[in-house]
Amino acid sequence: MLAVRLQLRRGEFALDVGFEVPTPGVIALFGRSGCGKTTVVHAIAGLLTPAEGRIALDGEVFFAARETDVPAERRRIGCVFQDARLFPHRSVLGNLRYGERRAPREAQRIGLPEVVDLLGLRELLRRRPSQLSGGERHRVAIGRALLSQPRLLMLDEPLASQDLARRAELLPYLERLCSGLRVPIVYVSHQFDEVVRLATHVVVLENGVVAVQGDVASLSRSAALRAIVGPEGIGAVVEGVVDARDPDTGLTRVRFGASSLRVALEGARSGQRVRIHLLARDVLLALEAPGAAVAADVLAGTVSLVTRDSSQSLLVEVDVGGAAILSRVAIGSRAALGVAPGRPVHLLVNAAWSRAYALGEPSRAGDSAGAAAPR
Amino acid sequence: MTWSLPLAIGVAWLLTRGRFPGRTLFDAAVHLPLVLPPVVVGYLLLVLFGTRGPIGGWLQRDFGIELVFTRAGAALATAVMSFPLMVRAIRISLEHVDRGLEDAARTLGAGPIDRFLTITLPLMLPGILAGAVTAFAAGLGEFGAVITFVSNIPGETRTLPLALYSALQMPDGEAIAARLALISFSLGVAGLLVAEGVARVARRRLGA
Repeated sequence: MLAVRLQLRRGEFALDVGFEVPTPGVIALFGRSGCGKTTVVHAIAGLLTPAEGRIALDGEVFFAARETDVPAERRRIGCVFQDARLFPHRSVLGNLRYGERRAPREAQRIGLPEVVDLLGLRELLRRRPSQLSGGERHRVAIGRALLSQPRLLMLDEPLASQDLARRAELLPYLERLCSGLRVPIVYVSHQFDEVVRLATHVVVLENGVVAVQGDVASLSRSAALRAIVGPEGIGAVVEGVVDARDPDTGLTRVRFGASSLRVALEGARSGQRVRIHLLARDVLLALEAPGAAVAADVLAGTVSLVTRDSSQSLLVEVDVGGAAILSRVAIGSRAALGVAPGRPVHLLVNAAWSRAYALGEPSRAGDSAGAAAPR
Repeated sequence: MTWSLPLAIGVAWLLTRGRFPGRTLFDAAVHLPLVLPPVVVGYLLLVLFGTRGPIGGWLQRDFGIELVFTRAGAALATAVMSFPLMVRAIRISLEHVDRGLEDAARTLGAGPIDRFLTITLPLMLPGILAGAVTAFAAGLGEFGAVITFVSNIPGETRTLPLALYSALQMPDGEAIAARLALISFSLGVAGLLVAEGVARVARRRLGA
């Protein structure tokens, strides 16, 4: 359990945050830039002192106002900063060894060869940080933090400064990291797709306070999240299990409750847990059962909630056998006016649009490298 | 030189990172030799370190160290004069050290001294070396403070510029003076070249 409660003030900006999240797991700190995510990370790491509050990990208190303030160097919290912060006067190997050498011997959990393999650093060991690309730098920074044998690993927007190609390169490493390690991870991000892909638990920050927190699926529909990701980014997250791969289409069928969806997912094994992100704008709503749709799955459900999304659209939440799915409907259409809670409806979901991510057990290196290709 | 370098690093640290009352005053005191006429500095040294001065008297009584009219005194005068140059160079390099790197070292388990030795100091190295070389070269040319404090004794406190000046005072010393000027010139140029070379190597090592 990571329990954080802290208050501090920086000029105009006031931070008042409290959350308790289970460990191990991947905790996403999500919010717009400037909402206080990095400040929270620095406070947990011990790099700044809150005015009030308490920070504890698995029962050990790191900070309690006016009582305890364990210095950062003794908290053993690994940090990967936005700008990687590799030591420029040391080689990659020298950087990796820096944390390893200072870790207590009895805490040894992960060794240099393991980290080098996990993050694909073999070719880079002799290089200097200035000779690395942005993505490589972050991989080294992650390795350096891991080798300090941290009790908690914090990643502060490791993908924020990367272009799309680099993000695609780095994400599979992060996925392997998040699913394969026993170390709890705090993952800071302002991109919801990263959160959907990696997190088990989400804390949404807005203007220095916790707007909402919970698991990814329930959070994806919350109004607070909607305000942050914007109308284009709203969508439900559905968790399911891989059923089988359709040899004709190459699509993978994922079952959830009594329903199922086809998604594009490379290298999925049957029985594997999968998270599907369905953007509301990609889900069509029909009042009558449509005929067989070529590229779409049809799901039957019941409207559970209708909210005004913008001046032009409604956001309709539909219960499909226990899972909630969102669909955006133009407000002007006459059919939309008939949509009310309790009404049975049909949803058309295009397999090519929904984004699916495998969860759970660490996949083999080859698998996740394949899944990394931008779809 | 050996004595003043660690001291200069310490002072630069205090002036950059330290927060204490009287910091501005301390800053001014360190830079004083830069703005005072060297003769005044020499005079102040004489007052402080003379055999009857508060520090000089104590040194002589308890340690038998005599500074006035000795080689050690010449070294002291030179060090005091070049000290601000050294502090300035080191301070600038310290200001350029990214605090974020020190924070990163903290999260990796490095305590304050460990951090200073393994991160801050290596990153400051180009500035420290450049400062030391500049101060050394400038110290070679020190005239006013030296002659005031330790006079101009051949073989003891006659520094290069003092020797040059003395040579010019002699009727046929022009050849000697020219030779001394040449030495002085070469030392100065060599010093600057070394400083530049060191800085370049260090920059390459840091990958900047």
